[in-house]
Amino acid sequence: MTERPDYKAFPDQRGHFGQFGGRFVSETLMAALDELETMYRRLKDDPQFQADFDYDLAHYVGRPSPLYLAERWSEQLGGARVWLKREDLNHTGAHKVNNTIGQALLAKHMGKKRVIAETGAGQHGVASATVAARLGLECHVFMGEEDIRRQRLNVYRMKLLGADVIPVTSGSRTLKDAMNEAMRDWVTNVDDTFYIIGTVAGPHPYPMLVRDFQSVIGREAREQSLKQAGKLPDALVACVGGGSNAIGLFHPFLEDEGVAMYGVEAAGDGVATGRHAAPLTAGRPGVLHGNRTYLMEDENGQIIETHSVSAGLDYPGVGPEHSWLKDIGRVNYVAADDQEALAAFRELTRVEGIMPALESAHALAYARKLAPTMSADQNLIVNLSGRGDKDILTVADIDGIEF
Amino acid sequence: MSRIQACFEQLNTSGRKALIPYITAGDPNREVTVPVMHAMVEAGADIIELGVPFSDPMADGPVIQKACERALESGTSLRDVLAMVAEFRRRDDRTPVVLMGYLNPVEAMGYETFADACVSAGVDGVLLVDLPPEECEDIVPQFRQRGVDLIFLVAPTTTDERIRRIGEAASGYLYYVSLKGVTGAATLNVEEVASRVETIRNLAQLPIGVGFGIKDAASARAVSRVADGVVVGSALVNQIAANAQRTEAIAPAVAAVLADMRSAMDE
Repeated sequence: MTERPDYKAFPDQRGHFGQFGGRFVSETLMAALDELETMYRRLKDDPQFQADFDYDLAHYVGRPSPLYLAERWSEQLGGARVWLKREDLNHTGAHKVNNTIGQALLAKHMGKKRVIAETGAGQHGVASATVAARLGLECHVFMGEEDIRRQRLNVYRMKLLGADVIPVTSGSRTLKDAMNEAMRDWVTNVDDTFYIIGTVAGPHPYPMLVRDFQSVIGREAREQSLKQAGKLPDALVACVGGGSNAIGLFHPFLEDEGVAMYGVEAAGDGVATGRHAAPLTAGRPGVLHGNRTYLMEDENGQIIETHSVSAGLDYPGVGPEHSWLKDIGRVNYVAADDQEALAAFRELTRVEGIMPALESAHALAYARKLAPTMSADQNLIVNLSGRGDKDILTVADIDGIEF
Repeated sequence: MSRIQACFEQLNTSGRKALIPYITAGDPNREVTVPVMHAMVEAGADIIELGVPFSDPMADGPVIQKACERALESGTSLRDVLAMVAEFRRRDDRTPVVLMGYLNPVEAMGYETFADACVSAGVDGVLLVDLPPEECEDIVPQFRQRGVDLIFLVAPTTTDERIRRIGEAASGYLYYVSLKGVTGAATLNVEEVASRVETIRNLAQLPIGVGFGIKDAASARAVSRVADGVVVGSALVNQIAANAQRTEAIAPAVAAVLADMRSAMDE
């Protein structure tokens, strides 16, 4: 990195982060995206909108989420002091709700009565169904058939919340296909429908607005670190599927040059096997779901199937801002495989009494390696982006236990 | 003069409208496509839109999604599609061929390589569904220099200002998407289409083809009364799907549907 960029100036007016991002959608959606962008740019500096958002985060979500010093785990790892940003304690059990609260407020301002969402692990679907229930909006959630099987508890939660869960049977039947299907619904019902995208991907302005809503994670963590540790952290670690929890943690720290950042992708069976979900580690730039970003694709530009024990990371693309942060060298992108994530899942549960989501367990798996390389006066923050209750059946399956 | 421009001028002189069939290349296998293209021309097609299969066809309904799956299953790549056009050109040097698809396979090949390959294969136009004019300022000249038309979609939601901008970036013709939705969706409303086509005519100086929702001879005829061209896709791809197991029946089945549309349009 030769010159420090002005991180706050990105994306540019047209939604680009360097060569990444943009708005690559069919013509029918262009007007809807323009409308959304105009509304968002107007509201984001509106004190009343910010006050409504902050109120909901405090009283409905339960923010601020704690920054918890994992003393026993830190001691066991023998190195840096490891802190957990407890997004798992949010209402609905993950960071996803920060964003759905924000987008639901936008939907309300735009007078949309129907919301749609895609979901992988089901956390974003649950968070969308939750805000829809609270605001009395009709909610349809697209979910790959394979993910419905893996995440049946969350499917039932969404149904209890009044959402219609639509199984997606095309392609690999996972998150990317759910996103295709949500786009198809949006193009058909664009007049009355708000599409709540769950991650920092998709066409502009989604990567920008989802990042802004999720940045509450990093703003809190920064303040909490100064107060509780007496200084800024030395390193941040977060898992990256689409990358919304990671960007939420990282963004408010980007200008703090002493803070190292690690985004952890899902290596599935191992990056070398080709059966993984790590586009930043082993992919190349292309265009999918409305933005230019690193993708997992074959030599002919066809998107290839991804593999991860974690449904929420099982996605062949990644938010465009991550692609840019990788290329300019500000964030290090690494990968943890299924076995490492499962080991971290079990370890945190046993040592700290906190059961992490399998997505977050990828971040923990990398923190396990990183912490011992750091000194005892250094601080490491791991984004514990969600709780693991939803994954109990997956882990039980792996253990060969039937209920 | 490009083949597409010549085609529309000739139709204009004879008072006819363009019939523009779409099929996905390589569906259900790579051998079927070129014979079907010739059969379509014999049945009255004026321009052929040849779909480049993509793993994630976001703007397409189930019929063309399945066609993409079959074509990819049979191993069809963008290079194969270009080779099919080259083969088609050996017997037909007159009918314009437009490649229609998504951006990523083109990104993977590289714009310059792709534009060169279009010229040598005899491709006349390219329509990339997820490439709006805003994102292609660098790309437009690559095609324009080589005489390959870039065709863009205009939607029911497109503002007047955008229609003007699209008209400036585009050449060949404009493809008006007759309804909000994916390909093969509900039936279109002809009166609405007529009024939108009128608006587009006042803002852009290109022939207008109308597609999405044209299912049969009656709807083809109705649309031909208000537009310069009629694009039909899912109705033909349905014929391919129905005969996927006995591929010798595909060309006659597709040709029969097109011939009906042709005579209804020319009545």
